[in-house]
Amino acid sequence: MKVLYFAWLRTKVGVPEEELAPPPAIADVAGLIEWLKLRSAGHAEALADLRVVRVAVNQDHVGLDHPVAPGDEVAFFPPVTGGGR
Amino acid sequence: MIRVQAEDFDPGIEIAGFAAGNGRVGGVCLFLGLVRDFLGQSPETGQSVRGMTLEHYPGMTEKQLAAIEAEARSRWPLEEVLVIHRFGRLEPGDRIVLVATASAHREAAFEACHFLIDWLKTRAPFWKREHTEAGDLWVEAKASDDAAAERWTTR
Repeated sequence: MKVLYFAWLRTKVGVPEEELAPPPAIADVAGLIEWLKLRSAGHAEALADLRVVRVAVNQDHVGLDHPVAPGDEVAFFPPVTGGGR
Repeated sequence: MIRVQAEDFDPGIEIAGFAAGNGRVGGVCLFLGLVRDFLGQSPETGQSVRGMTLEHYPGMTEKQLAAIEAEARSRWPLEEVLVIHRFGRLEPGDRIVLVATASAHREAAFEACHFLIDWLKTRAPFWKREHTEAGDLWVEAKASDDAAAERWTTR
């Protein structure tokens, strides 16, 4: 599973992406987050407040109950701020 | 058509070529987004900005913009759609985004253009990091952007 981090989540985690193999018991985004938070203090800090974290699985916006599987591309990022003003 | 690029673009050239030769087009609507030189809502009270760096998620950006274009085409009778979004370092006054729509009638072109810019601001994975006198900071998403996109879900 490829896990990506963008914007300030990347800064807190310390790397832009990781190739990971979560245990089979990790079935959805919420479970993956709890597992990732154990990896380092940076992960725990980046994923501490899920009100300001958005998730994409295979490049589509998803909720915390979305399933995850080996081979998925999972990305964590803040609410988006594109466009003009 | 969707384009995601670091390079600048020329709105005149883009619009001159847009919908050219399509006799069914009666109206073209254009939105052009620029980099402001202040933070917040007011130029009087806002801190000045020296520039910004726009980060994005290559792959997802193109996928989401294509989905947004498809959604607009499903809602309005559009002949042509063009979205150009830049990333990378940008200075105040620089162009960030261009949205253009072409339709037989102006109502569809106006509404679809407005929809596209509102929708992309909440769906396309871009993040602004503003460079100010006091240091760099990530721009926070605005509730008003969510509200602007939300009104298109009730139509």
